Amino acid sequence: MMEKMIFGRYIPADSIAHRLDPRAKLLFVFIFIGIIFLANNGWAYGAAAAFTVLSIWLSGVTIRFLIKGLKPVMIIIAITFVLQIFFAREGDIIVDLGFVTIYEEGVRQAIFISTRFLLLVFMTSLLTLTTTPISITDGLESLLNPLKKIKFPAHELALMMSIALRFIPTLMDETDKVMKAQMARGSDMSSGPLKDRLKAVVPLMIPLFVNAFKRAEDLAIAMEVRGYRGGEGRTKYRLLKWHGRDTLALLSLVGLTVLLVLLRG
Amino acid sequence: MDISLQKVEYRYAAGSPFEKLAIEDVSFSVPSGQYVAIIGHTGSGKSTVLQHLNALLKPTAGSVVIGDRTVRAGRKEKELKSIRQKVGIVFQFPEQQLFEETVLKDICYGPMNFGVSEEEAKNRAEYWIEEVGLSREILNQSPFDLSGGQMRRVAIAGVLAMQPDLIVLDEPTAGLDPRGRKEMMDMFYRLHKERNLSMILVTHSMEDASVYADKIVIMHKGKKVHEGTPREIFADAEKLKQWDLSVPEVVHFQRLLEHKTGILFPVVCLTMEELVAQWKQLSGGHPL
Ligand SMILES: Nc1ncnc2c1ncn2[C@@H]1O[C@H](COP(=O)(O)OP(=O)(O)OP(=O)(O)O)[C@@H](O)[C@H]1O
Ligand SMILES: [Mg+2]
Repeated sequence: MMEKMIFGRYIPADSIAHRLDPRAKLLFVFIFIGIIFLANNGWAYGAAAAFTVLSIWLSGVTIRFLIKGLKPVMIIIAITFVLQIFFAREGDIIVDLGFVTIYEEGVRQAIFISTRFLLLVFMTSLLTLTTTPISITDGLESLLNPLKKIKFPAHELALMMSIALRFIPTLMDETDKVMKAQMARGSDMSSGPLKDRLKAVVPLMIPLFVNAFKRAEDLAIAMEVRGYRGGEGRTKYRLLKWHGRDTLALLSLVGLTVLLVLLRG
Repeated sequence: MDISLQKVEYRYAAGSPFEKLAIEDVSFSVPSGQYVAIIGHTGSGKSTVLQHLNALLKPTAGSVVIGDRTVRAGRKEKELKSIRQKVGIVFQFPEQQLFEETVLKDICYGPMNFGVSEEEAKNRAEYWIEEVGLSREILNQSPFDLSGGQMRRVAIAGVLAMQPDLIVLDEPTAGLDPRGRKEMMDMFYRLHKERNLSMILVTHSMEDASVYADKIVIMHKGKKVHEGTPREIFADAEKLKQWDLSVPEVVHFQRLLEHKTGILFPVVCLTMEELVAQWKQLSGGHPL
């Protein structure tokens, strides 16, 4: 049931995007998130979309697969799209049915906002699809390292993240398992009135929480007996190396920024 | 209730890069009242097969007949609850499915989902908790305060209390102590005999498969490779080896004995008692 969801999952492959330094990819995604807000007309959004499609192509992931795997997110986008259309009250009226009126500006805004949302989701998914959780964490820790001077817990944060990421698939598998076990006992989460469906969630959530706490405790003990005592003086097994292509990737973003600024209306 | 699988294939995450062919062309049947064991190396697809027996998984090709219902690939099926009531599945590590405040409530959960009254569900809970070898006092405790073995028994009682026609067991004794293991297996066997219940047991224990089952199905790399009575199956140790399986200790012992003494047994003995009796006959009362 959960097996089709790709959010936060990694697909092993050997594409250009896979080979980039995780720090470059992290910076890339953060900067992209920032500059996409520069777009404010069709041309600019078109440029950003083209840039995203190019990135997807370089990562060896197909758009069809992305859309299928991100179905739940797509539903949220679709809902925001509809809400946006109905609630904006600006510009010329294009449809007037008495009980609903749709304004031109509403449609425009709805398209722009969903596009922006979609591009953001695609780009962030690309990051996790092409980067192992462990490299993401390494990259993040390395980027946050300078902040250690002001007592920012960069190592702890990275560790927490890597543990969380590591357990996402485990949790998904477990959800699937417990859900099946309860369905075999007659629980029905997919039909009936909403009240019953919400009730059916309890037998799923409680075992998941109990198991998660148990696992957290086991993990803490396992780390302690293997001598873990924080990031102080810890050496690294995996070393990050910055290549020319990483610089190039970031430069392409500078290009996009310039383009977006020029296209802005 | 008869069950049969016809050329069942299942792919996990069909249509994505994670697609995985788990089982393929699996056909076998379980006539009403039979005890069938499924054995096979880890990852051979046993648990995947089991989940088809109450429509938790729908075949990506082929069909599954459960009593008077047929679940076919690519067809939407309604009203699965009636199937699930007839087929009780005890999953691997079923203690993970406990969630209620008290053991009593947890056991009542299944029956009440299938429309049994609270009164009747409580009666069943009181009955089944003793059947699985626990005392009634435990009914008012929280399931999370119990030991692993006790939790396992409670979870099993929760499935048995649904009073299904077919009981499906996925390694029900994994991780239990030897005595608990035997008690549990004997209890299932007794249920099977007394109530004429059909049983399907997935196990890594060749002993359990040989002692309890009427029929054994062997899975290997997602395919059913062999099917037969325990005596037929365990007669050929070489063949089993190619599927990463072995024969029960007793059979192994019998083979060594035959090798050492040169006396050949006419049949494969599945229990120690049987072996001793055979030996007495063959050797004319000579002690082992
Ligand atoms: N949820 C899942 N998603 C993807 N693949 C799966 C999933 N569950 C099982 N598989 C794969 O299907 C194959 C069969 O798995 P299955 O769990 O049926 O084996 P099994 O015979 O029960 O093994 P075991 O004896 O270890 O319990 C395995 O290769 C496994 O990796
Ligand atoms: Mg299994």
